Amino acid sequence: MFGPLIVKPGTSRNNKTGSWRIEVRPKFLRKNCIGCKICLLNCPEACIKGEAKNAYEVDFDFCKGCGICAVMCPKDDIIMVKEESKE
Amino acid sequence: MKQFLEGSQAVAEIVTLCKPAVISAYPITPQTHIVEGLAQIIADGRLNSQFVNVESEHSAASVVLGAVATGVRVYTATSSQGLFYMAEVLFNIAGLRLPVILTCANRAISAPINIWNDQQDSISLRDAGWIQFYAENIQEVVDLHLIAYRVGEDKSMMLPVMVCMDGYTLTHGIEVVDMPNQEQVDKFLPAYAPLYKLDPQEPLTLGPLVDPESYTETRYAIQETHKEALKLIPQITTEFNQAFGRQYNGLIEEYRTKDAERVIVAMGSVCGTIKDTIDELRAKGKKIGLLKIITYRPFPYQEIYEALKNIPMVAVLDRALSLGSFAPLASEIKAVFCGKKKAPKVISSFIVGLGGRDITKDSIKEMLRLLNTKERTLEFIDLKPELLKDKYE
Repeated sequence: MFGPLIVKPGTSRNNKTGSWRIEVRPKFLRKNCIGCKICLLNCPEACIKGEAKNAYEVDFDFCKGCGICAVMCPKDDIIMVKEESKE
Repeated sequence: MKQFLEGSQAVAEIVTLCKPAVISAYPITPQTHIVEGLAQIIADGRLNSQFVNVESEHSAASVVLGAVATGVRVYTATSSQGLFYMAEVLFNIAGLRLPVILTCANRAISAPINIWNDQQDSISLRDAGWIQFYAENIQEVVDLHLIAYRVGEDKSMMLPVMVCMDGYTLTHGIEVVDMPNQEQVDKFLPAYAPLYKLDPQEPLTLGPLVDPESYTETRYAIQETHKEALKLIPQITTEFNQAFGRQYNGLIEEYRTKDAERVIVAMGSVCGTIKDTIDELRAKGKKIGLLKIITYRPFPYQEIYEALKNIPMVAVLDRALSLGSFAPLASEIKAVFCGKKKAPKVISSFIVGLGGRDITKDSIKEMLRLLNTKERTLEFIDLKPELLKDKYE
């Protein structure tokens, strides 16, 4: 008998780790963004996408709400908001 | 062909016939002659195999884990501290369902350091998920390696197998061994056809993080596969017997137990001494028998129950301890009869031959003298009370 041992590659795409987020999530204000990519490069989940200024977005299927992007943003253009808030 | 061989040399020869593609091992007494022999055979060009020199047993086990995962046959051997140094990798190998074959030259565990034989090393790793065989003599060691490869690599198993041979008694003892030829081995043991392997063309994941969602199922699957192994091992052994003209049972061996009043349960080379003692006592009319456990993992509960259920008195000989509790083999033999109507009246537990202390016929006779209506727990045979002190001085 075999258990769930050998899995096909790419299964992490199916494992929506965004469900681990508990209290807060990032909100991109899109006011003072200079497109420096610091948020994108520091995201441990690599779930931030974007190229142009004020056009970065987060894939909430995988964002765990760690807040690193908000801390690293040199323009304070990312804030953490309560998970249940409608912001 | 019959040959006069040292146990370690015989193992090196049979492993050569099994043609492992990768061998990795680190020398440790009393296993050294096995890998020394294999290194020589490869250097002589008799075996086309990659011998990976490593700096420790942890690395040796890791090398064979990686190699077998790519779909080739592998081999390693170790002993005592080396086996313990491999321990975390051994659990990984079983958990990853990879058929590594390992020879354990049984040796005592430190401290105090001791290079001689008992079975504490492999017994301590009984929970690792490995199938464990214990050999009585060099012929059996040789034969069990062939059975080990067949069982471990079977597509329904994919489990590692440890062949345990008593250090010195079997590794350095010399006996006449009936060695099969290459043709016979090839017929019985075809090339390893893995069920899955690491291949860049067809990628798969081996050993991912498994969360509480599915960890239990991976362990349950191994547990169930061990139950299936209890059926497969006798089947493959029967096939082996037909191919090589032997008479093994595979799980246990009953020696003169049919009308026996007292039966000794034991594992490994001590069974030879016990058989000789039984023959001597039988000649004097004493009804004594032996139940030899060959397959210790999976533990053959049913076969042991059938073999012992009508025996009035049973002595279990352990060459290892579970310090602070009952002896390992004895507690499992007792568990077989827990809650059963038919059971031996007495199951006494004896500790014999630790750290290479000789088990003589007299040791066996002393054990039998103490095997009476008074059940004994953890009775040490040949203990020297004069070496023990109540206070530090």
